[in-house]
Amino acid sequence: MLADKDRIFTNLYGFQSWHLDAARARGDWDNTKDILAKGQDAIIDEIKASGLRGRGGAGFPTGMKWSFMPKESKDGRPSFLVINADESEPGSCKDREIIRHDPHKLIEGALVAGYAMRARAAYIYIRGEYIREAEVLFAAVQEAYDAGLLGKNAAGSGYDFDVFVHRGAGAYICGEETAMIESLEGKKGQPRLKPPFPAGAGLYGCPTTVNNVESIAVAPTIMRRGASWFSGFGRENNKGTKLFQISGHVEKPCVVEEAMSIPFSELIEKHCGGIRGGKDNLLAVIPGGSSVPLVPADQIWDAPMDFDGLKEVGSGLGTAAVIVMDKSTDIVRAISRLSHFYKHESCGQCTPCREGTGWMWRVMKRLETGDAAVEEIDMLQQVTKQVEGHTICALGDAAAWPIQGLIRHFRPEIERRIAAAGNMAEAAE
Amino acid sequence: MPKVTVDGQEIEVPDGATVLQACELAGKEIPRFCYHERLSIAGNCRMCLVEVKPGPPKPQASCALPATEGQEIRTDSEMVKKAREGVMEFLLINHPLDCPICDQGGECDLQDQSVAYGRGGSRYHENKRAVTEKYMGPLIKTVMTRCIHCTRCVRFSEEIAGVDEIGALYRGESMQITTYLEHAAKHEMSANVIDLCPVGALTSRPYAFEARPWELKKTLSIDVSDAIGANIRLDSRGREVLRALPRINDDVNEEWISDKARYQVDGLTRRRLDKVWIRKNGKLQAASWEEAFKKVAAVKPGNSIAAIAGDLLDCETMYAAKALLKAMGSDLLEGRQTGMDYDVSSLAAVNFNSTLAGIETADAILIVGSHVRWEAPLVNVRLRKAVKRGAKVFIVGPEWETTFPATFLGNDLSVLSQLPPEVLDAFAEAQSPAVILGGAALAKGALSAGLSLVERLGLVKENWNGFNVLHFSASRMGGLMLGYAQKGGMADIVGATPKVVLALGADEVDYTQFADSLKVYIGHHGDKGAHAADVILPAASYAEKDGTYVNTEGRVQFAEKAVFAPGDAREDWTILRALADAFGVSVGFDSFTQLQSAMIAEVPALGQEGLANYGVLPKAKATKLSGTIDAYPIRDFYLTNPVARASTVMQKCSAELLHGSELAEAAE
Repeated sequence: MLADKDRIFTNLYGFQSWHLDAARARGDWDNTKDILAKGQDAIIDEIKASGLRGRGGAGFPTGMKWSFMPKESKDGRPSFLVINADESEPGSCKDREIIRHDPHKLIEGALVAGYAMRARAAYIYIRGEYIREAEVLFAAVQEAYDAGLLGKNAAGSGYDFDVFVHRGAGAYICGEETAMIESLEGKKGQPRLKPPFPAGAGLYGCPTTVNNVESIAVAPTIMRRGASWFSGFGRENNKGTKLFQISGHVEKPCVVEEAMSIPFSELIEKHCGGIRGGKDNLLAVIPGGSSVPLVPADQIWDAPMDFDGLKEVGSGLGTAAVIVMDKSTDIVRAISRLSHFYKHESCGQCTPCREGTGWMWRVMKRLETGDAAVEEIDMLQQVTKQVEGHTICALGDAAAWPIQGLIRHFRPEIERRIAAAGNMAEAAE
Repeated sequence: MPKVTVDGQEIEVPDGATVLQACELAGKEIPRFCYHERLSIAGNCRMCLVEVKPGPPKPQASCALPATEGQEIRTDSEMVKKAREGVMEFLLINHPLDCPICDQGGECDLQDQSVAYGRGGSRYHENKRAVTEKYMGPLIKTVMTRCIHCTRCVRFSEEIAGVDEIGALYRGESMQITTYLEHAAKHEMSANVIDLCPVGALTSRPYAFEARPWELKKTLSIDVSDAIGANIRLDSRGREVLRALPRINDDVNEEWISDKARYQVDGLTRRRLDKVWIRKNGKLQAASWEEAFKKVAAVKPGNSIAAIAGDLLDCETMYAAKALLKAMGSDLLEGRQTGMDYDVSSLAAVNFNSTLAGIETADAILIVGSHVRWEAPLVNVRLRKAVKRGAKVFIVGPEWETTFPATFLGNDLSVLSQLPPEVLDAFAEAQSPAVILGGAALAKGALSAGLSLVERLGLVKENWNGFNVLHFSASRMGGLMLGYAQKGGMADIVGATPKVVLALGADEVDYTQFADSLKVYIGHHGDKGAHAADVILPAASYAEKDGTYVNTEGRVQFAEKAVFAPGDAREDWTILRALADAFGVSVGFDSFTQLQSAMIAEVPALGQEGLANYGVLPKAKATKLSGTIDAYPIRDFYLTNPVARASTVMQKCSAELLHGSELAEAAE
C-alpha cells in the first residue's frame, strides 16, 4: 500500500482548503522558478526518465509526447498546451477530485509542462457539467495570476505564460484530442483526420499537445522528488502512482492514489472494504472506464492493475475507472446501457460509428430480453468488428470493445436468455 | 516523387499525392462518397479504405493519407473487401429503399457502389431512421432521409461559394444537414450541391420526377446566360430540354455553373415565338412567311438597313446578318444594345486577358464597376480562390455582398487617377496584379482610364497580362470580332435612321428611337423586342441551333443543337438567307457549312476552338475621368435575358430569393 509520504495528491479528499495559501503549505508552487531554471530539455528528460505514461487512457509516454513539440518556431506560430479536463468517461471521476480540491497542482503543472514544450499558453477544457469544479478552477487561475505565478514573468521565471479555462458543453466526443481542439476553436466538436497530428498543426493550426489533467498535475511533484522516486513504483513500463476510481458493488467506493501494478484484490480489499457480499459474489469488472472490455471475476482477481497487466486479460487500464459488478448485476443490460451511451455520444461524422453504434445498441436492447435469434450474437460480433478500426477516432473502438468483451465472456448468458424467451426453437426450425 | 506499390504494381506518384490518387494513377478504382477533387478532404465516409504497409494493422482512409516512399498499398485484399462491405452496409442500413421514386436513380453513387462493393443483402432488421425534410429554396429539393452525411454540400457552400449557408446539426445518428434556420440557399451557385450530392438527398426541384437519365439525349452545349461560356450539357427528351448540367472544363467553369445557366432552360418552352406575326393597324396578327417577307421587301430599304445583335446570339447568326447587310451595301451593325460606345479598335483592350483560370493566380485585384457575383458568378468563384491564396481585392462602385474580404473604394471614378496608398502598396508588391473593368465602368467611359492603369500599376509582365474587361453578354466578344460596333455606338445607328432595323434577338434596345423604321424582330421569345416589332420572324434559341460562341476571355467554343425549334420557328441563318432572296441580293451561302466557311474565311480565329489572339494592348490616351458609378447594369440576377425572364423557375427565384423580404413586408 502506498505510504502517505509518497502521495502526490495530498488533498484529494478536500480535508484542507484548495486555495493558494493552503496549496502552498502542501508544497505546491514551491520554488517553481527553480524547476523551470533546469531548462526545457532537462524537464522533458526527467519526465521521460520517470516513465510517466499518459493518464487519459491511451497510456502514451508523456515525456515523449512533449518532445514532439517544435524546439523553435520557424514561421512565428506559437505552440499551445491543451489540458483535457473533459472527463466524461463513465466511471471516471479523478480529474474532478483534482480540480475540486487540488487545482493548484494542475495550474502549476500547466506552467511546468507548458514551459517544457515551449508553449505560449495552456487551455484547460473543462467538462460542461463540472459547474462547481469550473468555478474553483476559474478562481484558482485568478489566484495564480494575482500572485504573479502566471502571466508575464510567470513565477518569477522570466517566462510569459497564460492559462485559459474553457468550458465545454457536455459532449463526450470533445474529450477526443482533435475534437477538443475543434471545439476550442468554436466549431462543431468532431475529431480531425490524422495526420496532421496536433504536434504539427493543432489548435488554430499551431503545434499543440493535448494532455490529461492527471498527467499534467503530477509533473511538478515528479520534478521536485525526482524521476527515480516516481519510477520506484509499479512494474517495468508501468511506473508511478495513479488515481484509481472504484465504483459499483464494493462496500466503500472511492477515489484513491495507489502505486501502479497493485493487484486488483489488494486495491479492493485495502481501500474499498471488499466486494459487496464477499469475493465470491463478484461477477465481472470493467477495469478502465466504460471503453474497455469487461473482465470476469476469476481473471481479474489477481491481475496487476496496470497497462500491460490488464492487456494480458484482454482489457486495458484506460483511466483506471474500476467498475465492479457483483452477481446481482444484469450484465447484458449493463453493457447495453453503455452501448446507448456511445450511440448517444457518437459525433456522427464518419459512417461506421454513426450508423454502427445505433445498430449495436438496438441489437443489445433486444438481447437484454432475449428477443433475438442466436445467430444475431455472431452478427453483432461481426458488426463490432466492422466498426472497430474503421473510424476516424477511437470512439468507434470504444463502442465495440464492451460488446466484444460481453460476447467473449458471457455468451452462455446471452444464449440462455434467448432460449428462455422461446426464440431458440424458432431459430432451430 | 515517391515510389509506391499498388497491388504489386510499382508506380511513381507526384509529390503531395494521396494514396487514393496513387491508386487511381495505377488504374485502380477506389469507391468514395465524401472525397471530391475540388473540395477539402473530409475523410468521413470511410468508403475509400485500403490496406497500407507500413502502418497500423487496420484499413486506412486513402483519401486523406499522403503517399510516401516505399508504401505497399493493397486495394484487392480480403481486409479491403471486408471494410468496403462493412461501410456499404452501414451506409445502407438507414438509407430508405425508395430508389424507384428517387430522382437520383440511374446516376446515384450509392446505387452504383453498392452493386459493385456491397454485400448481397442486409442484416439490419431494426427500424430505419427518418429525417424531416428541410427547405432549401426553389431550386433544391431535399429528401434528407436519404442523406449519407458526406458533407460535400457543406464544404461546397463554405469553400467554393463562400457563404455559410449549409451546415450540420446534432450528432451521431441524429446528425442532420440543413440550411441555417431553414432559410433558402441564396447563393447564385447554390444548385451545384445537387450535382455534388452522391445520393438523392439533394435533387433538382424543377426537374423533380421529370425523367430518368437513360431516357435523355445528351448534347454538348455552351451556356449563354453570361459571357463566361460555361460548358454545359443539355439533356433533352423529344423536343424539350429538361435540364442543363455542367461539363468539366478547368479553363472555363471547372465543374460548376450558375443557377441561371442551370435553370433558365424551362424558359425555352414558354413565351416562345412559334409563328410569324405582322403588325396591322397597330396590332400583331399571325401571318405566313411569304406575307412577312413581302412586307419587309416592300420597304425597299436599299442600304438603309441596320442590324442589332442581342445578347444570346451565336457568331453564325451575326455573320449571316452581316453578309446580308453587306450585300445591301450597309454596315450598320451594333451589338451594344444599351448605347455603350467604348473604343473597339483593339480587341485586346476589351478582353479578359488574364484568362478565367489565370485570374485565380492574381495577387492584387482592382475591380472597377462590376458586380461580379451577378455579372459572372464563375469569375467570383475564381476571385474567392485568389483571395484564399492571399490576393487583396479592391472594388470601385456601389457595395455588394462579396464572398471574400474586399475593400470598397467608393463610387467615384476619379479615384482611378489617385489611387489610395493601400491600393498602390498592394499593387507594388504584387507579382500578378490585375484590373477588372465591368460594364458599369465601360458605360461611364472608363476604358481609357483603365488602360492607363496598365503602365501605372505594371499590369503587363512576361507571361502575365492583368488587364481585363468583364462582359456579361454571351454574344459580345463574337459580335466585336464580327464588327458589330459603331464608333458612336447605338447612337450612330439611330442617327442613320435606317428604313429597316433587323433586331436579332435584341431585347434591351430602346425601340422608341426607331419610330420611323420597319422593325423586324428575328428571335425566339416574346419579350421587349417582339413587343416593339412590326414583323416578327420566329427563330431558334441557343439550344436549337449549332453555333460558335466567344466568351469574355476570347475563347472560341462550339455548341451543338439539342432540340428542334417549336412551331414555325427556323434557325436564324435560314431566315436571313430567305430575307436575302426577298431583297433580291446574294449573300454567297446556301448551307450552314458554307456560311461557316465564309465566316471563318473572314475571321479565321472563329474557326479554331480555344483562345483567340487579339494582339497587344494599345497605349492609353491621357484622359481625365470623372463621374460616379451609381448602379450596376444588372438589377435582377435571375432575369437578365429573354429566356430567363420567360422561365417560371427564374421568376420564382427572383421573387423569393431577391425580393422575398419585400414580399413579406408587403404582406404584413
